[in-house]
Amino acid sequence: MLIKTIFISILIFCSNFAAAKVDIQHWQSNNGARIYLIENNDLPIVDINVDFRAGSVKDTKQKNGLASLTNHMMVLGSGGVNEEDIANQFIDLGAQLNSSFDQDKSGFSLRTLTEKRSEAIDLLTLVLHEPNFDSNILEREKKRYIASINQSETMPGAIASKAFMKALYGKHPYALSDSGEVKTIKKITKKDLQSFYKNNYSSNDLSIVIVGDISRKEAEDLGNKISLGFPENKTALKIPLVNNNKAQEIRISHPAKQAHLYYGAPIIKRGDPDFLPLYLGNYILGGGGFVSRLTQEIREDRGLAYSVYSYFMPFIEKGPFQIGVQTKKNQVDQAKKIIEKTVAEFIKDGPTSNELKRAKDFMIGGFPLKLDSNKSILEYVSMMAFYKYPLDYLDTFTKKIDKISAEEIKSAFQRRVDMNKFSTVIVGSE
Amino acid sequence: MNFLKIVFFCCFIPLFAQANIEAQEITLENGMRVLVKEDHRAPVVVSMVWYKAGSIDEVNGKTGVAHVLEHMMFKGTKTTKPGEYSEIVAAAGGRENAFTGADYTAYYQRLEKSKLPVSMKMEADRMQNLVITEEEFNKEIKVVMEERRWRTDDKPKAQVNELFNSLIFRAHPYGKPIVGWMNDLENMTYKDAIDWYKSWYSPSNAILVVGGDVNTEEVFAQAKKYFGKIPAYKIANRKPQSEPKQNGSRRAILKAPGKLPYIQMGYPAPTLGKDGIKNRKEAFAIEVLVGILSGTSSSRLNQNLVRKTANAINVGAGYSMLSRGGESTFEMYATPSEKVSVVNLEKYLKLELKNIVNNGVTDTELNRVVTSVIAGEVYQKDSVFGAVMQIGQLETMGYSHKIIDDYINNIKKVTSKDIQGVIKKYFHEDALTIVTLDPQPLGKN
Repeated sequence: MLIKTIFISILIFCSNFAAAKVDIQHWQSNNGARIYLIENNDLPIVDINVDFRAGSVKDTKQKNGLASLTNHMMVLGSGGVNEEDIANQFIDLGAQLNSSFDQDKSGFSLRTLTEKRSEAIDLLTLVLHEPNFDSNILEREKKRYIASINQSETMPGAIASKAFMKALYGKHPYALSDSGEVKTIKKITKKDLQSFYKNNYSSNDLSIVIVGDISRKEAEDLGNKISLGFPENKTALKIPLVNNNKAQEIRISHPAKQAHLYYGAPIIKRGDPDFLPLYLGNYILGGGGFVSRLTQEIREDRGLAYSVYSYFMPFIEKGPFQIGVQTKKNQVDQAKKIIEKTVAEFIKDGPTSNELKRAKDFMIGGFPLKLDSNKSILEYVSMMAFYKYPLDYLDTFTKKIDKISAEEIKSAFQRRVDMNKFSTVIVGSE
Repeated sequence: MNFLKIVFFCCFIPLFAQANIEAQEITLENGMRVLVKEDHRAPVVVSMVWYKAGSIDEVNGKTGVAHVLEHMMFKGTKTTKPGEYSEIVAAAGGRENAFTGADYTAYYQRLEKSKLPVSMKMEADRMQNLVITEEEFNKEIKVVMEERRWRTDDKPKAQVNELFNSLIFRAHPYGKPIVGWMNDLENMTYKDAIDWYKSWYSPSNAILVVGGDVNTEEVFAQAKKYFGKIPAYKIANRKPQSEPKQNGSRRAILKAPGKLPYIQMGYPAPTLGKDGIKNRKEAFAIEVLVGILSGTSSSRLNQNLVRKTANAINVGAGYSMLSRGGESTFEMYATPSEKVSVVNLEKYLKLELKNIVNNGVTDTELNRVVTSVIAGEVYQKDSVFGAVMQIGQLETMGYSHKIIDDYINNIKKVTSKDIQGVIKKYFHEDALTIVTLDPQPLGKN
């Protein structure tokens, strides 16, 4: 029942509730980076996450893939130390370095034992401040990128996802592929990486979250140490507004046994006051795993698919509302009709009072599960930090959810979710 | 459902790296075992019911039935409607999931701690009162076929893996796909699911593992209340179905739409005995070998094949020392770079093993594996779910979860010579199985 796992991860990503009691200390570093600390001495572990506004939205069409390659190359050698030695130094400390990347952000996280924190933090700082961007390694990694892009262009899910973002975002950089195109990757040089790094890795667009066994004083020092290596850059490229794109229906042939359907439109950005009603409503419509209307209609009642879902994925600017399903080729049009009908009914009538109560029970009763480990707290608070959520977000979350009425959900859907603007992508229909 | 093999594949360390995991245990009168691991860091509880019933217990013509039954377990009992329990768990703020492996089927809930009885009541009910109607079955089997299409039929690497398993295991049921052959799914009936349920879902064949912010004695009392009176029945004897010795390499080619070739190669490998002693030296030597080959980005395979020579785009190695069925494999897999043939890539992978046979591994490499395991053990303590999962896996496979306590010591004991020994003994040409993916143009549809 992998389907549930998928839903859970989506919840973590784009929802945002929270926790019993997470005591967040927050301050700014000497040059404007936002630092968040959650002290917790239960385990001898320190987790650090560092996020920059340097995701693929900062790419241009000509050099699409540059943001991703920069993120990727940053962990492949720094300060003149080569990739192998850097990796081995982390390993010899028992520390783990990971990088993450999406449309909006470029992130780096470190997990270290308390006793090794000082050396591990020094290494992390080196990685962040002095990437080698070695030309030979860049050429090698470009080839790997190209191979993987070529491969993804044969995979029905990846083809559909790419076409969907293109349909929704047209000329906006959210339409660009995270990892670029074969043509654009080929053009990227070491100089491009250096200048992208210089322009987009800046202290005022930097958030650092620290969780675990470390004192405030040390956390302050670490915050300064990391952020002082980056310039303040108030002229960093603004992310353009998302215009409404025309609804499109795109069909792409593919020999796969299943057709992949994506359906939706750009709807909402981070911090939008309609987010919580839309989020809660979507749990009922298609976010809540087995208990959602879409799963009931598509999977439980008709056996049409293993997985069907909907979610709002807010970005810095308007992110997509997306419905997805995979089903046997000859069933995809039937599935599409049922999805359209289900969404239309939900927009028209909103949730029933019983549905609303159960959704609230889920959100509020399950609230402690969101923050049950250092790792989950790190992920959650990092999202809050990156998108500049208010500090009391976690404390007020359940109260806010509790107050939302069926009428508010209906109103938010009717005002914001216009099916006439939805695009459809189907890969592999008959 | 969950392919255990893949779990083992990717994470060599976390599999098993948690010391002081010791849980408290009782056995109910009907033979059901209950293990509790307290962890009071967060007000949450994880509850899992593990059945010693997986795809290796299936017979020909009915492959996939263990997994199908997992789906049917959500379809109602004598007193609840299909899907009702999912609603109850969700309304309690809970997350639930289930997975089927070759060795077991497991069901779990994550809940705020006061809600534990919600989970126990539900699991106890569906352990004894499941209702499988023809109508619900006929809908759900379609869902499972969609799952197979999504998981295997449209994923070339998954097809390679399916073919690989069926080649390396000709007698042992590890050769059959967990999700089942499509034709078996097409011909399965609700009666097959009922038979399965009536054969394996006895409390005497189940283990409850609970972890989190709970009081052990209270959990035992609740377990007695909910599960204690469920009547047990006799579970059929299982045949070992041991794999005969392989004499000569086995090769196959799989064609599927795609751009990149890929190879999966491997050799039969010994598993750790259920007593934690038999094969210990060899099993731990292979475990450390896998760490040295592919535990991290600077491990040998990635460093030599991807980074230094750029012969491959991706590489990896995997092995599971634990297995209920008593068989395991050591595997390597790789995607070649554009101008490298799969024939050469196979040579390069074998050369990595040969280099170790000729020159051994360094103390630095051995120490790095030990350091990672020691740190990994601390990091794992951050996850209650991980602890519960580990206890359940081990106990269901027939091991004591306490064998974990010796894990680091056994890792530390491995020498370069031990590793050379297992490679020479097990990973030679006549024991090789290899499947090559031959990518085909998409063509016109």
